[in-house]
Amino acid sequence: MNVLGFADDNLILAQRLSEWVAAAPDLELDIAVANIALDHLGVARALLTHFGDLEGKGRTEDDLAMFRSERELTNLLICEQPNGDFGQTIARQLLFDSYQVGLWEKLAGSPDEVLAAVASKALLEARYHWQHSATWTERLGRGTEESNRRMQSGLVALARYVDEMFDEHQDLRRGFDERLTPVLDESRLVLPKDPFPRRGGRRGMHTEHLGHLLAKMQSLARAYPGVQW
Amino acid sequence: MREAKFRALLEAEEKVESTDWMPEEYRQTLIRQIAQHAHSEIIGMQPEGNWISRAPSLRRKAILIAKVQDEAGHGLYLYSAAETLGVNRDQLMELLHSGKQKYSSIFNYPTLSWADMGAIGWLVDGAAITNQVMLKRCSYGPYARAMVKICLEESFHQRQGYEIMLTLCNGSAEQKAMAQDSLDRWWWPSLMMFGPHDSESTHTEQSMEWKIKRVSNDELRQQFVDMTVPQADYLGLQIPDPDLAWNEERGHYDFGPIDWDEFWAVVKGHGPMNRDRIEHKRKAWDDGAWVRQAAAVSSAVAGSA
Amino acid sequence: MTYSVPQVAGEAESKVTGTETDGVWPLWEVFIRQKRGLAHVHAGSLHAPDADSALLAARDVYTRRVEGVSIWVVASTEIVASDPDEAPAFFEAIEKPYRHATHYDIPDEVGQM
Repeated sequence: MNVLGFADDNLILAQRLSEWVAAAPDLELDIAVANIALDHLGVARALLTHFGDLEGKGRTEDDLAMFRSERELTNLLICEQPNGDFGQTIARQLLFDSYQVGLWEKLAGSPDEVLAAVASKALLEARYHWQHSATWTERLGRGTEESNRRMQSGLVALARYVDEMFDEHQDLRRGFDERLTPVLDESRLVLPKDPFPRRGGRRGMHTEHLGHLLAKMQSLARAYPGVQW
Repeated sequence: MREAKFRALLEAEEKVESTDWMPEEYRQTLIRQIAQHAHSEIIGMQPEGNWISRAPSLRRKAILIAKVQDEAGHGLYLYSAAETLGVNRDQLMELLHSGKQKYSSIFNYPTLSWADMGAIGWLVDGAAITNQVMLKRCSYGPYARAMVKICLEESFHQRQGYEIMLTLCNGSAEQKAMAQDSLDRWWWPSLMMFGPHDSESTHTEQSMEWKIKRVSNDELRQQFVDMTVPQADYLGLQIPDPDLAWNEERGHYDFGPIDWDEFWAVVKGHGPMNRDRIEHKRKAWDDGAWVRQAAAVSSAVAGSA
Repeated sequence: MTYSVPQVAGEAESKVTGTETDGVWPLWEVFIRQKRGLAHVHAGSLHAPDADSALLAARDVYTRRVEGVSIWVVASTEIVASDPDEAPAFFEAIEKPYRHATHYDIPDEVGQM
């Protein structure tokens, strides 16, 4: 199983979500988004540590998070996409949550016991994340003309990153559709099929956004390597 | 009659609750103070939020997100307490954005290095806790109860800050210099957090009489200095005050004069970050308007269904 | 944190009076059961557009340190409260001394009862 890939997805998504802290549309949302970011960060730390153990080269979670470059990061492209407006963020979260709930359900039965334990806990969190993104999708989809338009633009912008999520897990596609479609129908929204999907995150072929995210995230750790914080 | 009953409650050290009659000035003073306290929590998210993306380790990142999130929570508890006095949160936000209500001036200084995350937790939260412990005994029930919850949660804030400082001071020479520089920049603004001298403080006397405030600015400031000096010694850091000295007779530390010109300049809006903080807050609020509006519509639909 | 924010000389103090709450998300009261076997206790309040999101927000705001196993949210407007000015009539009149265990003298020899 691609432990590092799963770790990177959660790391990069946590980094993106944490950009909302102190900038969300309302206090309750600020708190909710921070919670979700913390959940993803927790999963990332557990899996990076696990990968370091499996790899056996003595790399810690911070070595892996702070000292790998763009081409070495293996997250899915959807995770690194910028937050955009709140509608685009919710669209990204809904798509990713709809995928990740199925992923954790599957990995909870993994023969890798550490991975299975992380997945079982993460599944509980992911169900809550999904509930949050689905609730907000409906609210924005059915709210005002503007909110529907913004939500819809978010889905259009992200549609090309959907297929990549299933490259390694074709079997998760059906569950994804079953979770997603009723929410979108209820919300008067559609996920268009993009004829030119982008992929390659797992091989380190990223969008240009990731470099900037890493430049920020790693700046301090790289400026003073080898010290404790 | 009502006035006498209100006085009797204060006299008996009983809490005043939102449904009790209270003098209009008491109510206004509380609204102002609780709102400013809430605004301080909310604006206070920014200086630390500034370092979330760059936190040097994942553990520190998680702690910092959790801490800033707590501040949002504290702001929320406090706005709720203010709302028991018959105002709503949007009104208070408006007063913050228009500059009619203020927040603690400490947040009008920039965070320029990672060590500032340590100094803010250690000094700023330390100063805040000194004040908030007193506010747990405030005469207004909803405010006092919010303080109990906040104090419980905030002990972690100060400890994590001190731990950052300790790690830096035990680290490389560059890290230690970073910690010293941060203490140099945050020490005096932290002392200013307690407000003007008692003799200059317009609200103190009335607030003490109403038991909203229980200990004077100067006493709290002294408590803070006495508590903090040994902590700085333990870190091996130098407090930037040549007049700082133990006074055996008083049983307290003496310290040098505070630059009140700087203090009033920042209070009046001319600190290094006043404009940026409000601008950031207002932008986030305005950018989120369509989200709040959409949710209000769906709420109205749900309500009528 | 806190915060004595001082008054600037010559600057008017803000006064706030209650206004219309149209367009503002309604207020909800949050009750939390700390652990099984205990009652739900009032924890505070929050704003949310509807009951579902009030519940989600309550989880985020009031149980960040796993303070609960169950949450109730109630629209604040649905709460009917007794009048504090009527408190003496409302509560003290109900007092009957013989409802309390201490009202009865039982000889010490009888033991704990």
